[in-house]
This record gives sequence, C-alpha cells and structure tokens, in this order.
Amino acid sequence: MNKQSNTYTILYSAIMVIVVGAVLALVYGALKPKQEENIKIDKMKQMLSAVRIVTESDDQVIDTYNKYIPEAFIINVAGETVSNDKDAAFAIDMAKEMKKPSSERMLPVYKFVGDDAQVRYIVPLSGAGLWGAIWGYVSIDANGSTLYGAYFSHASETPGLGAEIEKPAFQEQFQDKNLFKDGEFKPVEVMKAGQKPTNGADYVDAISGGTITSKGVQSMLNDCLTDYTAFLKNLSNDNSKE
Amino acid sequence: MATKIKEVFFNPFSKNNPVIVQVLGICSVLAVTAKLEPALVMGISVTAVLAFSNVIISLIRNTIPTNIRIIVQLVVVAALVIIVDQVLKAYNYQVSKQLSVFISLIITNCILMGRLEAFALGNKPWPSFVDGVGNGIGYAIILVIVGFFRELLGSGTLFGVQVVPQALYDLGYMDNGLMILPPMALITVACIIWVQRSHDKDLQEK
Repeated sequence: MNKQSNTYTILYSAIMVIVVGAVLALVYGALKPKQEENIKIDKMKQMLSAVRIVTESDDQVIDTYNKYIPEAFIINVAGETVSNDKDAAFAIDMAKEMKKPSSERMLPVYKFVGDDAQVRYIVPLSGAGLWGAIWGYVSIDANGSTLYGAYFSHASETPGLGAEIEKPAFQEQFQDKNLFKDGEFKPVEVMKAGQKPTNGADYVDAISGGTITSKGVQSMLNDCLTDYTAFLKNLSNDNSKE
Repeated sequence: MATKIKEVFFNPFSKNNPVIVQVLGICSVLAVTAKLEPALVMGISVTAVLAFSNVIISLIRNTIPTNIRIIVQLVVVAALVIIVDQVLKAYNYQVSKQLSVFISLIITNCILMGRLEAFALGNKPWPSFVDGVGNGIGYAIILVIVGFFRELLGSGTLFGVQVVPQALYDLGYMDNGLMILPPMALITVACIIWVQRSHDKDLQEK
C-alpha cells in the first residue's frame, strides 16, 4: 500500500487514535480507586492541620482522622442540623456549595475531640485568589468565637507571593483570634502590616506582594463564616448557660 | 557498534547535554527546581517519557505517513505523559500536587520532539531507547544540580530535611529568598554552562 496516500494516512490516524484512547481508558480505570483514596487522605490531612495536627505518613492520616474527628454533620444557614451522616458531610464540596444561594447551602461541620476531651469545630472555606481557587479549613473553639488554627491552600497563586498563604508563618497568625466582638460577627481581617481594621475586629498581617490573594483570604473567611454565624452563636449561647 | 551505543548514551551527559549545550527544556528547569524532590521526579518522568516515546516511534517509524509524522509523535508523547501523570497521582500524590501543570507540560518539552525527530525516526528501537535514557538523564542531572543549590541556599533544606544548622541562623545567617524565584534558576544554569565550557575547550566558540 502506498504510505503517502490519503487513504493510508486517514486509516493510520484513525487506528492510532482508537488504540491510544483504549490504552488511556484502561490506565485511568485501573488507577482511579487509588487516586480517589489519595484525594480523600489529602482532604483529611488539610482538616487535621487546621487543628494543628501534623501527620507524617498517609497511613497515619486515616487513623488520626478517625480518632480525633468522631462526628461530622451538615447544617443550614439557620444553624439547624440537617444530617448527621459523617460520610455525607465529608463528601461535600464547599466550592460547589458557595455557588448556591445562601439558603440552599449544605454546610458541613466536623467535630474534633482532642486528647484532653476539648471539643473544637472544623469548618471548610472556599474562595478565589488572584489566579484561581483558594480554600482552607479553620478550627473554632467550643465557645464559637476563638480560632484554634487555620489551614489555607491554593490552586495557582504566584510562588513566593500569594502562594505564601499555604506557609505555616501566615496560617499561625490566625491562632487565638476571635470571630465575634461583643456578640457581633466580625471575622478576622487580613491587613497590610501596620494598619488596623476600623471596626475593631481581630486582624492578621497580609502577605506583602500578595495583596489580591490576601484580600481573597479575607473575603473567603467573611463569606463562608457568615453562613455559620447562626451555628456559632448557638455554640456561644450553649456555652454561657453551662 | 558497541562504542557507538556508548557514545549515544554518554554524549548527552556532558558534550551534547540537552539543557546546557543544546539549551532545550529550559522552561521546566526554571519551574520545578525550587526544591530537590520535584526536580528529581521531573527528571525521572521526562526520562521515562523520552525513552518510551523514542522506542515506540522507532518501532513504528517505517509505517508513519510522512505528512502526519509530527502529529503521530505528539499523540504518542501526550499519551505517555497522561499515563505518567495518572501514575503519579495514584502513587505520589504530594509530588504530583507540586508538579501539577508541569507534568502535562512535558508534552511541550523541546527535548522530546527534538530527540524524536532527530534520532528515533532514523534509528532502530534499541539505540533509540538508549538515546532517550541518555538524554533524559542528561536533563535530570542539570535539574538536580540546579535544584540542589536552589533548595540549599533558598530554604536551607535538602529533600525537605533541614541541613543548615540552627546555630548558623542564630548567628544571623538568612536563607536567600531570591533563590526560590525563577530568575535564579536561569543564573544557576548559566553558571553551570560557564563551568562546563571553561572545562571543555571543544565547546567554546571562537
């Protein structure tokens, strides 16, 4: 057969595409369960680092997660519990929830019980940085106001600038900051060094050179935590009664 | 014949190194060498993709219609890159997160198309395989050298392990943040080229 003829070229490319497609489908199918497992472990790891637990190996992560996070539930904006299903709460994608109108959002809360029986609540965050998505988790003390820890990550922020939000140096600033001032919801502000928020809220230093990412972190905190205010207020009321 | 294979294998290490002599694949050298581990994984990934795409193209070289040969090469490379990406996601998720887009960008790595066009299309599978491995290692060596200096001077660590002693920091030593940024990769590569050219007189231009 003439190798330069059109028929040969078309046949050749058609067969090539089918063969390559089949091989890729096979590889994808074979590796998918393992990849999903990894994504799950990574999510657990992120939640754990929001409660200041650093895990070394992947095997440890699942055990540690199950040990410290015995319960998770889904609430709505009014602070009412919708579901107590731990797996369902784990599977919720906060980025998708944030796109829905506020009243329809399913908000997951992960309950953390520390070694000293101290209860804390882990809440997911999702927002936008300069180039792409940013997300994170914050853990809130049982009083519903004090942040215990925070974890942030990003899809594609500039290395050395906006990407610094994933460094402990930035995240550690959030520890022990308050979300409420005199019963009013005032989430932590991310301010340029030397400036203070005018509304008296707690604040942390922004990343120099990463202004838009820093602002993204702030509006992410604001947007996501606003939905949780009813829940957090209930927590602080329950607490003051005891 | 044996000496020819040896040459095919060893030439890319120094005399005909893809990065510092042919100056190919610079883009990924800038992007993934801030830390040693991703640099090493990238080097291994490129070596694997290069070796296997060389073999595949060499095996089918007599059947490829000339007017679509670039497309065929691209399809083979793209398929291999997707496989590498999927394998990394399954077995080394942390590194695949760090390398993220750069794995897919192996497709655009000039070394690949360069070797396929220049070597695999005209040689038997075995020499092509050796050529692929040789060039891949040549590329990986440079990546690792650059990654070594950038991580050591930029973060004070190697493979994520602290190597600069705390005592030195107490004395006022600071990590050089500039080393983390891409321009320093270029300067480090330039230094390697300088060292190599002053060592190897054949490479000096008159």
